[in-house]
Amino acid sequence: MTAKIQMAGIRKSFGPKTVLAGIDLAVEPAESMVIIGGSGTGKSVMMKCILGLLSPDTGSIKVDGVEVSHLSGRALAAHQARFGMLFQGGALFDSLPVWRNVSFALTGPAPSRRAAAIDHLARVGLGPDVADLRPSELSGGMQKRVALARAIAVSPEILFFDEPTTGLDPIMADVINDLIRTLVTDMKITALTITHDMSSVRKIADNVAMLYEGRIIWHGLRDRIDSADNPYVNQFVHGRAEGPIKMQLRHL
Amino acid sequence: MTALTITFVHALIALGGVIVSLFASIGRLTRFAGTALGRMFRPPYYPVQLFEQMLVIGYFSLPVVGLTALFTGSALAQQIYIGGSRFNAAATVPAVTVIGIVRELGPVLGGLMVAGRVASAMAAELGTMRVTEQIDALTTLRTDPFRYLVAPRIVAAVLVMPLLVLVSNALGVMGGWLLATGRLGFNSAAYLNTTASFLKADDVWSSMVKAAVFGFFIALMGCYHGYHSSGGAAGVGRATTNAVVSAFILILLSNLIITVIVFGS
Repeated sequence: MTAKIQMAGIRKSFGPKTVLAGIDLAVEPAESMVIIGGSGTGKSVMMKCILGLLSPDTGSIKVDGVEVSHLSGRALAAHQARFGMLFQGGALFDSLPVWRNVSFALTGPAPSRRAAAIDHLARVGLGPDVADLRPSELSGGMQKRVALARAIAVSPEILFFDEPTTGLDPIMADVINDLIRTLVTDMKITALTITHDMSSVRKIADNVAMLYEGRIIWHGLRDRIDSADNPYVNQFVHGRAEGPIKMQLRHL
Repeated sequence: MTALTITFVHALIALGGVIVSLFASIGRLTRFAGTALGRMFRPPYYPVQLFEQMLVIGYFSLPVVGLTALFTGSALAQQIYIGGSRFNAAATVPAVTVIGIVRELGPVLGGLMVAGRVASAMAAELGTMRVTEQIDALTTLRTDPFRYLVAPRIVAAVLVMPLLVLVSNALGVMGGWLLATGRLGFNSAAYLNTTASFLKADDVWSSMVKAAVFGFFIALMGCYHGYHSSGGAAGVGRATTNAVVSAFILILLSNLIITVIVFGS
């Protein structure tokens, strides 16, 4: 079976700083893959390379077997139209009310777009009363849910989640995790999530990959992550300061 | 190598770095402008965004641009009267005021005021959208940021600036007329007749062409610096400052070039 997303030898540098040092990873159709790794390990850059927001320096990215790493113009727009994305901060348009955010990419007359937006809001547990509010009037958790409704409104083939629970309290984080798992299962969407929240990993993931210093250093089933025979994964999963991953701290 | 030679080489390297960086910036700006112009004329179009920007740039700038022109026209008439009186040429007040306002001060001061008001706001808005990933979100929502954000701002600025400057010119002349008739003892009908006889169609056209060019640079600088802003709140602040400063410089430089081309021969 052809992988939904296939990355091979992806390298990306910004000036002298190498962010991706040769990524090899495959995501199967309808699979929920979660990429874990510390801050600054290149998770967001990898996601932006797949989306076509950045071009890798070398390597291949295939979606459904078609090379997409250096698209431009209409081909790039068509490629990007296959994705939905939940951004870390929500990235809601603060000049527009909630319903226009959710229906932003939909076409048709305003009443039908508004009705569709209210339907999508219901799928993430929000009532029609929030439709006319501005994003700034919503709590962090509600903003995330509106952003999620906006991401699924375009009926994407592939959904990206960038740190979906960052900044949320544990209960709201669990609500978001449940929503993501339900949506991915119900809609049979291929999902790629980047996070360092292990409770998210345990709830959302089918498979987990760990990114460290620009490379995938471990890849396996979610249930194997706690018993992984990899000191880097062990240190990260159990949140230990001691281990092979050294934080660049200056001791006082 | 002597210490002096090493210092000289280091100075040359630093100078080379500045020159390369300058050309790189010009290249990036030219590419941005080319992309914006290339996509401006291809659908989809966003008329609601265009209308909103025309309101923001044109209608809401009217008070500040109008008052600037009114006060400047009055001050100009007063200065011409004082200067002209020294060699019995006080009667030139209406002619010199109208030419000064329509050819230079109306478009330039109007352009600078709009740049201060609008280029900064565009850079801050787009910069905030960039650092909060709203521009990336547009891309994932099947919307081209150039067509949705940049094109309406540039088109609106090019369309409304000439109209704004026409009103500004009229208010500038009116400022001169108010002061001349109210304080300097000029006859109202004679002042207006002299103004009308000295004002040529070329003056008005050049004024409007300047305004359109200034509008293009104001929107381009606001969008360019906002679109490429990075580094959080500090980056947005830098983008805002750079947008205003670069718009000011381009307005003054392009004004000089147009003045030399139109009136130099």
